[in-house]
Amino acid sequence: MTDIHRRAFIRVTSGVAALGATIGFPSLALGAARRVVVVGGGVGGSTVAKYLRKLDSSIAVTLIETKPNYTACFMSNEVLSGERTLESLTFGYDGLRRYGVEVVRGTVVGIDPVKKTVQTAGGESFNYDACVVSPGISFKWEAIEGYDEKVAAETVPHAWNAGPQTLLLRRQIEAMPEGGHVIIAAPPNPFKCPPGPYERASQIAMYCKHHKPRAKITILDPKDAFSKQGLYTEGWTKLYGYGTDNSMIDWIGAAGGGKIEELDPTTLTIQAEIEEFQGDVVNIIPPQKAGAIAFAADLADGDWCPVDKRTFESQRHKDIYVLGDASSAAKMPKSAYAANSQAKVAAAAIVNRFQGLEPGDPTFVNTCYSVVGEDFGISVAAVYSLDTHTNTITPIPNSGGVSPANASPEIRKREVSYAHSWFKNVINDMLE
Amino acid sequence: MNREDTMFKQVRNLILAVLVLLPVTVLAAPSGQALSFTCAGCHGTDGSSVGPSMPAIAGMDPEVFVDAMKAYRNNQRNASIMNRIARAYSDEQFKAMAWFFASQRLYLKPQEYDAALATRGAGLHDKYCEKCHENGGRPGDAGTLAGQWMPYLEYSMDDFLNGKRKWPRKMKRKVDAAIAEEGPDAVSTLIHYYGSQQ
Repeated sequence: MTDIHRRAFIRVTSGVAALGATIGFPSLALGAARRVVVVGGGVGGSTVAKYLRKLDSSIAVTLIETKPNYTACFMSNEVLSGERTLESLTFGYDGLRRYGVEVVRGTVVGIDPVKKTVQTAGGESFNYDACVVSPGISFKWEAIEGYDEKVAAETVPHAWNAGPQTLLLRRQIEAMPEGGHVIIAAPPNPFKCPPGPYERASQIAMYCKHHKPRAKITILDPKDAFSKQGLYTEGWTKLYGYGTDNSMIDWIGAAGGGKIEELDPTTLTIQAEIEEFQGDVVNIIPPQKAGAIAFAADLADGDWCPVDKRTFESQRHKDIYVLGDASSAAKMPKSAYAANSQAKVAAAAIVNRFQGLEPGDPTFVNTCYSVVGEDFGISVAAVYSLDTHTNTITPIPNSGGVSPANASPEIRKREVSYAHSWFKNVINDMLE
Repeated sequence: MNREDTMFKQVRNLILAVLVLLPVTVLAAPSGQALSFTCAGCHGTDGSSVGPSMPAIAGMDPEVFVDAMKAYRNNQRNASIMNRIARAYSDEQFKAMAWFFASQRLYLKPQEYDAALATRGAGLHDKYCEKCHENGGRPGDAGTLAGQWMPYLEYSMDDFLNGKRKWPRKMKRKVDAAIAEEGPDAVSTLIHYYGSQQ
């Protein structure tokens, strides 16, 4: 038995609540409310906006986002199999407004770290005491000859941000003849959603198994290994004949010439390092870097934005915080849960700074589910602490890791339902 | 100096004393709040889950919370992921999170249930479960059942009945008796009863 006593505990918490009110008061007494401008309404931006208001409702929070609604990229592979609609992944920002967040539609084009202002394409300017930048990823269009934004929008979708390209890819798979060939070109590390390309192959296979059982899916990969590889291999073997001559899925890694160099969009032919591949449907997920504003605002060093991992404050400009996929947050992956976890660390750090307090020790979690097929879910989890000497977010030893190999069918089935509940709770924690 | 002034000074001194201590405590390790915030992506903001397979943990009794986390850490539950996560934390951190979640209000999301089954379950609950799961299974000294997500309760009961989770003291006897009285769908009626409390 533990030594917690409920009544004693309740006394302690009421004491702390009273104290919280006392701490909050002096910042009000100083006069003008502190102002935080959040750039980007994805997982990082929405979560930090909500938690800033939750932790200190005296802070004025403005969130600036280009799109009127949020469309989750996580779970969007299920649109490709027909398991869910894009609408089921789309959410408005009214939940954030209920927390007192001012949500503004606009595209941020510049941040002045000296005057502490944020500029939008529409010519508006917003003052801040702290600015949080969470723009997600952008693509290195120059990396693959013959592939550009126009080709992606019209014929060879990347579908690596959920939206019209997700629907385009779904339509192409549905229109593909029986026995057709789907090519998925996976990106090099680091990229958003490390298990995503492999879940995508799985979801497409799940659809084809019922509707086009002779279809083939080839994953061309510039890497020699990938996230949850053992579990994917197990699932593909059980569900899609992987490893046999009749396998629906084929994976070609770096050693086999999986790195792609050029696309001919008219014939849907890919020139890879060793041979050519021709598909009926081609999906190229290009190499990635931080979102555009990270470069415009001089927050990136190379492809990503270096941050102090205790607070997620930029190491290039004071009072600007960079969250989520755009930040350089090794050893956390670029995932929704990671961005959500980082956002809460940043929110607490910003509140502490406004109150003249040092930031607390951060703690981070990542969890990520993938649905490999019917009743076959897998997951990866990690709990991290900060190694302050190396500024590295480090998994806590002997914890975390992937689902066990050869788990019972019942556990695999449960992980599918956990994946869907995970989705609801991540959305809840960022937007509701 | 009158009595009120003295009290004011005592309270002020107490607050100051805690204020002096506070930053030190914060620096020593992640706070209970910081640790607990990381759970929300799976268990909902402050533990009020909106995902039917993930249990709500807001308002949970702190002892039940710590016991559950220790069981996960020791691989004593038929866990898919919580065992991997629980291994990252110390007993002190379990307690810190337990305190946080115990102090959170539980917001329930309505779920669909079968009214006829729920009525039968209500009778069974009063007879066999109420003694430990008081007030219809509201948060208390045993696990929260009232308004808990039904799919989660089904997983839990499957694990108990299939020998994959250790029964708490007396629970097996009570469940066996409920099944003997009501038949094989006794557990299902109970789950619908808990799901009906919204």
